[in-house]
Formats: sequence, structure tokens, C-alpha cells
Amino acid sequence: MERLDILVTYDVNVTSEDGQTRLARVARICKNYGQRVQMSVFECRVTRAQLEELEAKLLKVIDLDKDSLRIYILPGGREKNLRVHGQDRYTDFDDPLVI
Amino acid sequence: MVSELLNTLYVQTQGVYLRLEGDTLRIQHEEITLRNVPLHHLGGLVVFGNVLISPFLLQRCAQDGIEVAWFTESGRFFGRLAPPVSGNVLLRQAQYRALDTPSTRLYLAGRFVEGKLRNSRLVLQRAVRERGETEALVRALAEHEAALRALPQARSLDEVRGVEGNAASAYFAAFGDLLLTEDFSFNGRNKRPPRDPVNALLGFVYALLLTQCTAALEGVGLDPQGGFLHALRPGRNALALDLMEEFRAWWADRLALTLLNRKQLTRKHFEERPGGAVFLNEEGRKVVITAFQNRRQETVQHPLFKEPVPVGLLPHIQARLLARYLRGDLPQYPPFLAR
Repeated sequence: MERLDILVTYDVNVTSEDGQTRLARVARICKNYGQRVQMSVFECRVTRAQLEELEAKLLKVIDLDKDSLRIYILPGGREKNLRVHGQDRYTDFDDPLVI
Repeated sequence: MVSELLNTLYVQTQGVYLRLEGDTLRIQHEEITLRNVPLHHLGGLVVFGNVLISPFLLQRCAQDGIEVAWFTESGRFFGRLAPPVSGNVLLRQAQYRALDTPSTRLYLAGRFVEGKLRNSRLVLQRAVRERGETEALVRALAEHEAALRALPQARSLDEVRGVEGNAASAYFAAFGDLLLTEDFSFNGRNKRPPRDPVNALLGFVYALLLTQCTAALEGVGLDPQGGFLHALRPGRNALALDLMEEFRAWWADRLALTLLNRKQLTRKHFEERPGGAVFLNEEGRKVVITAFQNRRQETVQHPLFKEPVPVGLLPHIQARLLARYLRGDLPQYPPFLAR
């Protein structure tokens, strides 16, 4: 089961009607698949099937006329393709999870 | 061929509350959220002592096939949540038939012991290479050679157990020589309760490994209690103990030795209870579990596969091979032999 590191970013027009609600829903969906790394940026490690699922769920929520959604797929994983500076709250869920 | 190696979440901080939050598991401690873990990353959840799990999270774990195992704070296993559909009746029928067939039972018991002897011998040989010969190591190696020669001649389960027992006592007589640190010493196995740090550590790692083996057997649909080498007793996971024999020295003992020899574990990671029992404390458990999980991610060469496989999948691979042997799809059961 190949898993992909993806980056999900979105802009929700909160001044429009129901904007706040849509924003909250988008965040809640993203949280179920990965973790928030910046205000409107999520990193997820998902299978192809989960990626399709996530995308379909998000498209049901966002307003295509007012909002924007971008999903980046990081080929070869985040370690190779990411430079992080400053605050980093990322947890690798494949590392040992001991609380 | 092999299921994906999903991560296991170990929770051993006392007083933690685990709850379901959408499709994630939320870890809370006194109203503060420590972490959220998406459930799709998890194949197992292991909790120690005073850790609460919400009923909704338990339901979800059962639904998603996330196995939950409970341990006491000192690391004694006492129960697990198995998914509602587990096991495979036809495979279990074959397993019970094999248990009732003395020749099959003898054969499988012999294979498990052979795996154990060869992998223990490897650990002893490596020790000799690294630190030179000691009297006890030489004797233990000789015992293992003798046991491997005697094993094919064993005509009964008791004889197989006798061969294994002789090698095991020589192995543990030499075990102290595998410790390269002055801070700890080892003068023989003791358990229930362990009376010194090294035995406390061994007991703890064995308990972790046994849970892995039990889960692997459940995963392929075998009855973890139906063992061939270990005597059957209600509630005793005899088959998981059988399967574990192949991994004891090579995986559990080596892990324990590494932690002690590299001084990753020190005296401050252990506590003595009234009455002389010794256990790992919270900090110590964390060190051991982290090392155990890292080891599961490392890959090794399996004699039957071209590609290296993660150590954590070895119990699953062996369980599957055993199932195929019991079904009659394989003429032999090949124990895992480390290199």
C-alpha cells in the first residue's frame, strides 16, 4: 500500500454567507486525514483511495465560486521535498507513538 | 501478500483520556489535548495502567479492526479487544485437528524449537565475535550445537521440550556475559515478579512481543491459544508463545541488551516495590517502547523473500506460513531464521 505525502491548502471566503461554517467544516475534514501545519495548510499521509475520498469530501463543502482549494502531492515524500523553518509542529505518525 | 505495517499507539502516561474526535483519536491529559492521531495510521492501541478510553473510541476501534490491548502499569498483559469478526472457522478446524494429531504436533513443536535454537545460537556467536570467548558462552554454544543435533531424534513432545530446556539454561547461564556494562548484572531468569532490573526489562519486552504474536495469529484467523509446543491451558496464548520462540533471543533479548549496553537505560529507569519486585518506571517504559517500535520499522532479510521485510511484519509472515501449512498448502512450516 503506497502512501503519499500531500499538502492541502485552502482559502475560504469568510465574508460570504456561511463562510465561517464552510471554513470550520473544511478544517474538520482535513484533521481526519492529517495534521494542521499552518493556519490553512494541512499535511496528510494517505493512500490513493484516501486521497480521492478526502478530495470528494472537501469538494462537497467548498463553494467553487468563492473559495479555493489546492492539493499538492509531494513525490518521494516530504523528507525530500520540504524545507521547514521556524515553528514546526509536525508529527510523523509512522514514528514510534509513545505518550 | 502481507498487510501494511500500521503503527501502534502506546499510551503509558497515567491519567490520560483517549477519545474519538471525528476520524481521529484525541489524547487528552487534564483537559489539555496532547495530540490528535488520524485513525487510518493505527493498527493497534496499547494502554498501560490508568488510561481511560471512551466507549465511542472503543466501538470505532472494534469497527476498524484496531486491536486494543491492556497492560497493568508494570507491564503485565491482562486483556485485549478483538474485533467482532475474527478467526476463520475452517482454518481453526485444521488447527485443532493438527493439535489432535501427535505426529503433526511433534513436527511443529520441533520446528519452533529449531527456529529458537538457531536464532539463539546466532546471538551467542555474535557475542563471541564482539567480546571474545568466555567459558559460559563456549558452553552455551556447545549446548546449542548438541541440541540442534538431538532435536531431529526427539520422539515425543517431552523430549523436544527437554532439548529446548537444556539449551535455554545454558543460554541464560551465559546471558550475563552479553552485558557489557558495569551498572547491571544478571544471575539467572526470574519472573512474576521480576527481582532485578534486567529481568524486569526482559519480562516487559517479552510481553510486548507476545502481544504482537497474538495479534498476528488472530490476524490470519488462527486460535492463539492452540499451541503445539506449549501446554494448553485456558487463557494461555500457547500458540503465540510457540511463535515467539523464534524471536525471543534475536529480537527481544538483543533489544534489551542494546538498551543496557548503550546506557540508554540506567538505574533511574527502574523502581523497586516493597517486597523486592523491580519494574520499569514511566520514563523507562517510554525508552523501551520507542526502541521496540523503531526496531519494528527496520528491515531484515527473510529467507523466503527477495525483498527485505520490516521486523514488525515477521510475526504476521510466520503466522501466515503456519496457516498455509495447517491448511495443507505448504508441505513444511519454515521457521524464521535470522542471519
